[in-house]
Amino acid sequence: MTQSLGFGRMVSLLLAFALGIWVSASGLVDSVFTYWEDIVYLTKQHLVLVASSGLAAIAVGLPAGIWLSRPSMERYAETVMQVFNIGTTIPTLAVVALSMTILGIGFPPAFFGLFIASLLPIVRNTYAGLLTVPSHLKEAATGMGMTRRQLLWRVELPNALYVIFSGIRTALAINVGTTPLAFLIGGGGLGELIFTGIDLMDTGMLLAGAIPTAALAVAVDFLMGQAQLHLIPKGVNPLR
Amino acid sequence: MFRGEGETVEILSFIANNWLVILGLAGEHISIVVVAVGFAVLTGVPIGIAITQSKRVADMVLYAASIIVTIPSIALFGLMIPILSMIGQGIGWLPAVIAILLYSQLPIVRNTYTAITNVDPALREAATGMGMTPFQRLARLEIPIAIPVIMAGVRTAVVMNIGVAAIAAYIGAGGLGVLIARGISQTDPRQLITGAIAVSLLAIVADWALLKLQKRLTPEGLKR
Amino acid sequence: MIRLEDLTKIFRTPNGDVVAADRVNMEVPTGEICILLGPSGCGKTTALKMINRLIPPTSGKIYIDGKDTATLDDIELRRNIGYVIQQIGLFPNMTIEENICVVPRLLNWDAKKARDRAAELLDLVGLDARQYLRRFPKELSGGQQQRVGVIRALAADPPVMLMDEPFGAIDPINREIIQDEFLKMQSEMKKTIMFVSHDIDEAVKMGDKVAIFRAGKIEQYASPDRILAHPSNEFVADFVGADRTLKRLRLLTAEEVARSDAPITSRSTKIDDARQVLSAARARIAVVIDSDHRPVGFVTADEMTGASGTVRDLAHPLPATVPVRADLRAVVSEMFAQDTMWLACTDDQGRFAGVISQPDVTAALRATYTRDRRASEKLEAS
Repeated sequence: MTQSLGFGRMVSLLLAFALGIWVSASGLVDSVFTYWEDIVYLTKQHLVLVASSGLAAIAVGLPAGIWLSRPSMERYAETVMQVFNIGTTIPTLAVVALSMTILGIGFPPAFFGLFIASLLPIVRNTYAGLLTVPSHLKEAATGMGMTRRQLLWRVELPNALYVIFSGIRTALAINVGTTPLAFLIGGGGLGELIFTGIDLMDTGMLLAGAIPTAALAVAVDFLMGQAQLHLIPKGVNPLR
Repeated sequence: MFRGEGETVEILSFIANNWLVILGLAGEHISIVVVAVGFAVLTGVPIGIAITQSKRVADMVLYAASIIVTIPSIALFGLMIPILSMIGQGIGWLPAVIAILLYSQLPIVRNTYTAITNVDPALREAATGMGMTPFQRLARLEIPIAIPVIMAGVRTAVVMNIGVAAIAAYIGAGGLGVLIARGISQTDPRQLITGAIAVSLLAIVADWALLKLQKRLTPEGLKR
Repeated sequence: MIRLEDLTKIFRTPNGDVVAADRVNMEVPTGEICILLGPSGCGKTTALKMINRLIPPTSGKIYIDGKDTATLDDIELRRNIGYVIQQIGLFPNMTIEENICVVPRLLNWDAKKARDRAAELLDLVGLDARQYLRRFPKELSGGQQQRVGVIRALAADPPVMLMDEPFGAIDPINREIIQDEFLKMQSEMKKTIMFVSHDIDEAVKMGDKVAIFRAGKIEQYASPDRILAHPSNEFVADFVGADRTLKRLRLLTAEEVARSDAPITSRSTKIDDARQVLSAARARIAVVIDSDHRPVGFVTADEMTGASGTVRDLAHPLPATVPVRADLRAVVSEMFAQDTMWLACTDDQGRFAGVISQPDVTAALRATYTRDRRASEKLEAS
């Protein structure tokens, strides 16, 4: 697994390298670098959007998923999940656009749209992860005298951690993939260079936005993958 | 921006007055997705079958496909524009179809691969023992068993790419995204909301219809 | 001691009430294993789970060591009862050490004491503590996980243990081994144990007492030997099986039945002397032993009649011997295999320990209260 990952990484590096050669040969490098200050500024904006909406989605999604998985919610949880499943099929551009109709333009609607788009997978995986903890583990824990709270923290959450983390990883991938659209509703970010570049047919500007956007997305996913591999304890990590 | 009841009426009248245009855009939208995912099935299924021969190659191909999916669609369009511009197709229908074709590889290849590798070895042994050639085994046993899972991959691809096709309106590919784009740039909630709801409905309906199809295509004996 | 008084559970379902336990009355004396046995759905598991209140009783009382458990809260009660389940239920997120230390930590033992206890228990079941404490459950074999599941329940040294088909998930060979290990541990620990099983052989092997359940009621509650010898009704007789008499063979060892005063002689003994020994003992056969007191052959009175010389001339080799610690099932099996009416027994060092014959075996089976007799003999010996 690690070997092939290493190989895959090498291939992608080679591809990036080839792309670099092609770009420099076509004289695009200079034109991309004329946007260096914009790139830095907009990347910061981009990251702030990703981090704030992503963290907010985790902060809300985890407790919501836990709450839905409690026995007292059993009657409503499946219905809520069905609504959520439909929610995840809604295209992100529509989410962003609808967010604008509610909150206008600027940072708040961008934040809100990204927050909503990332929230669903987190709630869904937290809920599903907790429900799939085998009932005999819960019975053993209860039989040994754990309180409900101890059961949640010591048995249910640790054993659902891998699935929950997968949800967070998916959510961040969706989040990072949607953030370029934030520009459309005045939320800034690297989307500004891409969309403006397309409008003006300015290839340099376009690439100045597209390359860092793509690199950022790949990097975030890579980091999340590594985190999932190394941070999730060995006993409950199918990758180890 | 949304002002309530009066606007609901405005939106409904907008839809009533423009339903032909909306249907036309929906048709464009569907055609982009159908053509691209159709080609993706033609490439992805054989690739998925081929890579069952080598775990190493399979890991590589799936890793590459997963990296492609990670790239945000507008960034992928951006990266393709300079390349496709060389044949004069930088924007429009072609880059949208290519992007969707690329994005669809992961769900289709991965599902084909896992479905075939997960076929019970005992079944495979039985088929071989009855004298089937590897090709017959594939055609009569492995692919029929894998079809529901492959269909699930197609469904994932379609739903995901209805969203990608919406964004493709920004590179002039047409489709329902046009309404959203215009709605945003002209600050016209009628077009914006119509577009957003239409594209969402399209995704939800496609998801539902493909689920039905997936169940339909599941061999009777594999249903639970 | 565990005492159940009119313990009743009624499940209220949309299709009407289901009585899962119907006024169950029983008492398990301190230090004994009581097996709850019966077909699935007979209420044995329900009865067990009411004791640690995983299933709340509808009515009735449960006393542990004379104390009404209704006065304790659920959590406190459970922490003082060891609990082993069929699926083992080791927590995959915790190491073996953390798994064993769950209850000690819930009881606020300090970390050092808990860890020492975990290591001690691992050694007890033959798992090297240094090697296994840091491992995760998935890195252990099924049999090893099962052992850890049992010692986890023992960690806080609870006086009472509940075991719900604890050895159900492992293969027959390992099950036998773990059962033996557990019995050996129990002979030192003297826990009071309620043990659910659906396997009559396991019940006969493990239980001091067996309670046979049907439809929420106890059909018979007695020692395994009594249940096998005197099933109280047709249901119990059917359940324990048509071969119940053969099953009783497992309850006795050769030692308990063998005659250790059987006549012996040696190769160099004169035939006349040997014959006198036999007539003095009123026996027809003498076992020939060597200088290390090992049985090597036999001579018969008939063949010695009128003969002279030494025993060596008339001795026959022994077809087989059985260890004196073997159960009667093994002994009888060996007799049938060798087509013989009697066998010589040997102790751990291979020395002669007595003779066991088929009439001895059937006589032993006739005596119903052998188990009780053995218990009183042990008392006298000590």
